[in-house]
Amino acid sequence: MEKIPILKMGRFLLVTIQVDMHDRLAMTLQEDLTARIVQDNAKGVLIDISSLEIVDSFIGRMLGGIASMSRMLDAETVVVGMQPAVAITIVELGLSLAGVRTALNVEKGMEILHSLAPAGEEAPGHDSQT
Amino acid sequence: MILKHESVEIRSSEDVVKVRQQARTLAVAGGFSLVDQTRIVTAASELARNVSVYGGSGTATLSLVSENTRTGLRLVFEDQGPGIPDIEVALKDGYSTGSGLGLGLSGARRLMNDFEITSAPGKGTKVSVTRWK
Repeated sequence: MEKIPILKMGRFLLVTIQVDMHDRLAMTLQEDLTARIVQDNAKGVLIDISSLEIVDSFIGRMLGGIASMSRMLDAETVVVGMQPAVAITIVELGLSLAGVRTALNVEKGMEILHSLAPAGEEAPGHDSQT
Repeated sequence: MILKHESVEIRSSEDVVKVRQQARTLAVAGGFSLVDQTRIVTAASELARNVSVYGGSGTATLSLVSENTRTGLRLVFEDQGPGIPDIEVALKDGYSTGSGLGLGLSGARRLMNDFEITSAPGKGTKVSVTRWK
């Protein structure tokens, strides 16, 4: 089955969306990510949407959903790389993406995650680091 | 006058992706700016999803049209689904009978220049939108 890969980078999960997602694929990503946050004890999720040519209401809802769900699971989400034309369209469409943190690129997004979830916060005796 | 014309059958969420791709191809062929291309493809995605979710199945007809001196991209979506009892209400932001955000129709209307909808209970729905260059 078609899936979007989720990479683990230390305490964070990294997702790069490179395909034109149909709705079921977007729902699968949301479910896979929440499962991986718990499984990997991840403290942050970085979603790179620089290859996405559009963000419609469905994808917007998915991004908002991922941000809310990861917050419930004690992880922060940052969406990076939004194209300028996509930003314009999102606003005109009427999407607010409330609660979704954004950064211009992967590097800035990682800085945000590091500042939101500093290293050494894990409970003693519970270390899932590689 | 119709310069170019594509038709896509919509039956599943994969077909919504096809409609987006066809809309992009025509918008590029029509020489639309990147922001306009993005508006058109986003509106196409919203309206194609409406066909798949509410209409069950239907057709998208995408045409590059020329009127006097201007060029436009027209997207027409038709389904034989249950239809919309109250169009005024359906056009409000945040109104949805499904599980969506209720931005499909109202958002597509804002992204495009012309917007026409005809629908009646039991008679299906037809939405036509055009973006002019």
